[in-house]
Formats: sequence, structure tokens, C-alpha cells
Amino acid sequence: MGGDIPAHPALRPLHRLTVFRFFITRFGMVVPTFFGVTVVAFFLIRLIPGDPIELLVGERGIDPERHAYLLKEFGYDRPLWQQYLGFVGNLLQGDFGTSIVSREPVLSEFLTLFPATIELSFMAIVFALAIGLPVGILAAVRRGSVFDHTVMGISLTGYSMPIFWWGLLLIILFSGILGWTPVSGRISVLYYIEPITGFMLIDSLLIDEPGAFKSAFRHLILPTIVLGTIPLAVIARQTRSAMLEVLGEDYIRTAHAKGLGPARIIGLHALRNALIPVITTIGLQTGVLLAGAILTETIFSWPGVGNWLVNSIYRRDYPSVQGGILLIACIVITVNLLVDLAYGLINPRIRHAGRS
Amino acid sequence: MNFRRYLTAMLFCLTFAGEAAAQVKTLVFCSEESPDILNPQLSFRQAAFDASSRQVHDRLVAYEPGTAEIVPSLAESWQISEDGLRYEFRLRPNVPFHKLRHFTPSRPLAAEDVVFSFMRQLDPKHPYHEVSGGIYPYFRGLGLPKIIKSVTAEDAGTVIFELKSPYPALLSTLTLDFASILSAEYADAMLAAGTPERVDREPLGTGPFQMIQHQRDALIRYVAHPGYWRGKAPLDNLVFTITPDATVRYQKLRDRECHVVANPDPADLPAMTLDGDVTLVRQVGMDIGYMAFNTRKPPLNDPRVRKALAMAIDREAILKDVYQGLGRPATTMVPQGLWSRGGAPSLPPTDPDGARRLLEKAGISGLELEIWPSPVARPYMPDARRTAEMIRDDWLKIGVESKIVMTSGRDFIKQTMVGRHDVALFGWIAETLDRSLFLSPILGCEAAADGANRSFWCNRNFDRLLEEAARTSNPSERETLYELAQSVLDDELPVLPIARSISFTPMRNEVVNYRGSPLGGHYFYGVDLK
Repeated sequence: MGGDIPAHPALRPLHRLTVFRFFITRFGMVVPTFFGVTVVAFFLIRLIPGDPIELLVGERGIDPERHAYLLKEFGYDRPLWQQYLGFVGNLLQGDFGTSIVSREPVLSEFLTLFPATIELSFMAIVFALAIGLPVGILAAVRRGSVFDHTVMGISLTGYSMPIFWWGLLLIILFSGILGWTPVSGRISVLYYIEPITGFMLIDSLLIDEPGAFKSAFRHLILPTIVLGTIPLAVIARQTRSAMLEVLGEDYIRTAHAKGLGPARIIGLHALRNALIPVITTIGLQTGVLLAGAILTETIFSWPGVGNWLVNSIYRRDYPSVQGGILLIACIVITVNLLVDLAYGLINPRIRHAGRS
Repeated sequence: MNFRRYLTAMLFCLTFAGEAAAQVKTLVFCSEESPDILNPQLSFRQAAFDASSRQVHDRLVAYEPGTAEIVPSLAESWQISEDGLRYEFRLRPNVPFHKLRHFTPSRPLAAEDVVFSFMRQLDPKHPYHEVSGGIYPYFRGLGLPKIIKSVTAEDAGTVIFELKSPYPALLSTLTLDFASILSAEYADAMLAAGTPERVDREPLGTGPFQMIQHQRDALIRYVAHPGYWRGKAPLDNLVFTITPDATVRYQKLRDRECHVVANPDPADLPAMTLDGDVTLVRQVGMDIGYMAFNTRKPPLNDPRVRKALAMAIDREAILKDVYQGLGRPATTMVPQGLWSRGGAPSLPPTDPDGARRLLEKAGISGLELEIWPSPVARPYMPDARRTAEMIRDDWLKIGVESKIVMTSGRDFIKQTMVGRHDVALFGWIAETLDRSLFLSPILGCEAAADGANRSFWCNRNFDRLLEEAARTSNPSERETLYELAQSVLDDELPVLPIARSISFTPMRNEVVNYRGSPLGGHYFYGVDLK
């Protein structure tokens, strides 16, 4: 592999400079992206008709004096640009605002609910990798076979599957007809669990109640499948195409010529190189996972940030929507940045770009 | 003792203290949304009321189940002064509050709790007034700040309400969720600890169930209040699981993950009817979908024209096509359940020929009208546009041309309040079982002046009858007054009632004694499991 080749001493400063420049460029892109997201998060929710105060008081309405007073108290009487600057100013001090519905800090609400979303997303990506990688490799190795065509057909279907419909279908089949899995929620209501870590699989082990872990795991099965379906399809297709590209390379032919076994050639030589684009794909799936979590959490009554965000939009809870979108965007930006950096580190073409 | 041990001990006692170690009864209710807040004073949402006031709190007075009679609750008795400006309530003694993990009350219910519960909403200088946003949708929406002068404690067991002007509907108003009684001692303790918002998030009341856990967007857990003044609830535990999707709620019901579910999808009702494990509790809504004639605009100021237009409308067809089994024909504005004699008057039957003759008699020809349907779908008016289209077709048969004007929700309210419409289609829902309180805001003269009465019809005699009926304590006399008011309405016909909603609550067969409330909502005191 390229990483094992020592760089020529004369080229080393140039190499470091290129990697540094690569890192700086990537970091530099984060700042405008972040501010772009603040603009979108702030103005998008305000485009939806409905005054947050009127939605808080319901159909009975509110007298104009009180309405004006509350608008002033929440700061919505100021011009939009002033509100936006206030929002960004508070953000820079780490203040994501306070929900106008629950009156709790947005960050604290987000952090309370986020472990549920992480748990679900993590399981979904593990599920997608556990199936997507081997299936993609096999499809590439058996290119043109019935298996290949079938897998690629199914993955295309999986990729195009509407999450809402897919979730309901699985619930009706596995919970309603077969009775194998629970319908929704994170754990059976029979278990009284106060959040310790917020991750139900871990908390159910910590409380030491027989059956709690099993119940938590069973509740994860269907949401994991639903949320993991699109990433699974993407990973399987990406792995297949990356593997096909690598399998045609000279060094693979050389490895065959050297008499190495197929398992060693595929597992060691081909897969390591094919994984580079797959890692990027996994990083890009973070956004897909968080977007999918909004629908999956709603179907499965999963108390995560997706569900919370949908409710906040319905209630025109501006601070929660702004803060929630921004926090999710920050996570996606950070993961993509990390993937970019990891890609820079593991991809010899970037790592050694300074030598060419 | 830490709270977990306390809870375990309580569950143990509930389980084994009874006869022959009865089985612990846990009812799971699949609700559709998470409560925004757990203080009924601060919300208007059914989800908040179901989770707080209907399980955790009591009010001073209540309705006798199945009737519109007001009976004692936390107030044992009351007296109203001659001028109707002073209400004196005697509180029930020794009513215990719940116990929370972070607060143990030192005393039972006292007058200062009632004072706190109302003065927080009334007095802008009250230390709790602005806590959790200070939005009191019902208290303000009903105009109580302009009616109630003060709420004071005469002694530990007596509360005095002083009014600025007579308000005969006060007792009915005090049955509402926002009038729940909270603990002043708890509020003081939380204020002293610098966490007053906890009063609104971790409720403490005197009600049949005490909340022990709330996981946002996931579940709310209650245990029966062992010292409840009406006797401990038959259920030991009550769990609300928040399940936003109606199809998922039905699957949970079938899968025995829920015993009772909220708000089913109408598409699932036929399957539920055939499901041998499920019972559907049917409830006719205390609401009305209706059409208001703008009586300020000629020729709609002529009762004969209004009657002719009403006679041309095939309301049965609207029921069938628009409500699709989820509506019941309405013959009066007042919901049927509010007529204790059951002899509610009826409307003229559908008769296009008679309508045409009546129009001719009134000298009307070539009439053109604008129909303004409400753009917001409600159970009592699920599709106002479609209703308007059917009315337009019916009127065309008697030679009346009409145009449908669609607007945004906000524009609809604003424009109809200033009388831009000829006729408007929308609805109204009862908050209490008080008929005056139901009719005055949509048909009274005062409401005509401020635009809430979209017919702009003002009949002083009608107003006087409603006012007298609300004041009188003699049921028979009251009934006569309401019937007289109804006959005025029938003669004048400023509005045409169309339908009331029908709602269903599906539950598993093992649930017994569940009674739907005519005003909506879910109450689990008295409910049991077989």
C-alpha cells in the first residue's frame, strides 16, 4: 500500500503543506456552510403561515394587547434582521434559545432526546453495513450472475422505498399478522426505566431487570430495518461498483498470478482499496439517516429528535425548529468533515498529492 | 426513602394489601400527541388536559355524569349572593394532595390552593403569572379577567369569588380544565428553590392518579392515588404511550400493547367494527357545524328569504357525502344532549318547491350570493368547501346563483367578522354543558357587535331569555326559558344547523366502565380491566 512507501526527504515539506492546505480548505468550507444553515433554519420556519402566539393560545384567540405583549416578550416584534442577528449572536455564545412551548432550553431538550436518535441511527448503519458490505462484495465477485442482478434489483427497490409506507408495511406484517415484534416504542411499558445514559439498550442492562434488554432490542428491530434500508441499498451498490473497479486493477491480476487464494485477494487487497469510496458513502449517509429518522421516529413513536422536530414545526416553536435544524446540520457537517479528513488520511492519492 | 423504593413499596401495597392479593391492573392508553405542558391553565390542547387535569387534578365543581347538573367536587357546597356578584365555596375537608419524589405536601387541600390556582391567572403581578410563558388560553379566552374581581380565602376552608359584573355561567366555567386546583404549597416550595416551572411540568394535584414519570414524546406513567377522596381508582397503574400515527395505534390495540386508543383513523373503523376483540364507544359531539346568514345584507335580513334558502338545502345528502358516517343531523343549534326534556324543536324539511314559492312570496328573483366556507377542517365541519358546493347546487335548483369564496384561515376569520360574506360555513364546540354559554358567543347581541356572531343577528328578547335561563336555579323554569329562546331562533332562522360530529374511542373488550365524555377527552377514574 502507498502508506508504507517513505516519502523522499526533499518532497516532505511540500507534502505536509498540501495536507495542511487540504485540511484548511475543508475547515474553511465549514464556516460559510454553518452560516448558510443559520439563514435557512431561521427564515424557513417563518415562511410557514401561522403566528406562534396564536398557535399557543388556540382557537379562542387572544386580545391584541396581550398578543403584542407576548410578541415583545419573545422578541418577535422586532424586524426580522434584528431577530436573526440576535439569534446568531446567542448561538455564538452557545445559546440555542428556549422553547416557547415547553419553556425549556432547546439544547437541553435536544440532548435529552438525541441518544434515542443516535441509538436508532447507529443500529441502522450497523445493519446496513453488516448486510450491504458482504452483499456488495458477492455481487461484484459474481458479476452478471442471477445473484448480482437480484441483489441490485432489490437494492434499487430499497433505495426508492418510501419510508413511511415501508414502516407501516413491516408493522402490519411482523407485528400485526405474525406478532413477532412490538409495534412501536423503545421498550415495553412494563419496565420502569429512568434514563441513565439515554441509550435504552445500555439502560436496560444497567437496571438489572430480567427481560428488559430483550424487550429494548426487540423494539429496535423494525425501526432499524426501516431506517437502515436506504443506506443498505446505497452501501451495497457502492461496494459492488468500487469492488468491480478494484478487481480490474493490475495489482489484483498480479496477486492472482502470484497464486494467492481468492479470499486473501478479495479480503486483503481488493476490499481495503474498495472501502475508500464506501467510507465516504457512509459519511454521506449521516444526513440521510437523520432525515429518515424524522419519518421513522414518527411511525414507530420513537422519542428522538426527529419526532420532536416535527412536533415543533406543527406548533411553530421557532426556537426549537431553528435550534434543532442547526444542531442536526452541525452534526451532519461535522461527520462529513471527519469523513473528508479521514478520506484525506487514508487515500494515498490525496496523502501523496504533493509528490506529483 | 428514595423515590424508586417508595414507588416499589406503593406498587407492592397496591398489589397485596387488597383482598387475596389481587392482580396489579395496568391500563395502557395510546394517545396521539405529547402534551405541550402539564398544567391545564397554560394549554388549550386535549393532549395536555388528558394527561393532566383529567387524571391528576380536580376542580371545585363538576357535572353529574350524564346530565348537565352541577354537583360538588372539591367544593362541598356554595352560596351565591342575591346580586350574583359573590360566590362563597366551602371546601371539602381532608382532601390529600399527591406526593412527588421531590416534594411531600405537609397539609391537605386548603383555600389558599384555590386562591393560588386562580390568582396566578388573574393577577399580572402574581409571582407565577409569567412563569412558563404566562399564556392562559381559556382564562383569557373566556374573558374572565374582565369578570372576576378577586379570589380570596375567608378561612382555610372557605373561598370567595368576587365578580365585577354578574356572570351566571361561572359554575359551568369552573368545571373546565383550566379551573383545576393546584397546590400553593408546592408552588411556594418550587419558587423558593428557583424552579417554578416544575409546577407546570411535574404536576401535583388531588386527582385519582398521580404522575410518576414523564418521558417526553414516549410515555407518561401514573399510579392510582391511594388517598383519593372519592376512593382509590380500580386501576393500579395507568400508562399513556404517545403514538402519533393512527394506523400504528390500531396495530398496538390489536397487538394488546394498548387497551384504549385515541382518535382512530376513520378508514380503520369498518375493520374495528368487525374485530371481535375491540369495542367502539360512540359519542355524539357537543358541537355544531352550521351556516350563518349575514342578516345585515338584504335580502338576507328577511326571515322568509333565510327560511326559503334553508328549505332548499338537502342536509341529508350533505351528511352522507361530506360526513360519511361521522356526523349526525342537527335540528337545533344546541347539542341534543343539552336538552333535558328531549323535545328539541325541528327545522323545516327539505322542500325546493316550497322554497321557490317562499322566495316568490318575498318578491325575490335573480338572487346572487357569496358562500364563504371555512378553510379549516374540523370534525363538525370536515369539508366546508364540499358542503358549499352541494349547497350551491341545491340553490341553483330554486334559481339562486352563488359563488364560493375560499380564503386562508386567518382571512376567513377577519373577513367574516366584518361581514364580507353573505353566508358562511363553519362550526362551534361546547366547552361546558351550559346552553347560554354555548349560544351567547355565536348568537348574542354583544357577539354581533364584535363580529363573533357571523349572522350579525341581534334579538334582545333572545338575549334576555338566555340570561334569565342561566340565572335560574329551577330546572323546569330554565327548560321553559330555553324552549322559548329556541322558538325565537326557529322563527328568525339567522343560522342553519347542519350536523354534529360523531367520534369513536376503540378499546379492547377487557376494558370495562369506560364512559366517553360528551365534551371530549379521556377520563380513567372508574375504568377497570376484566
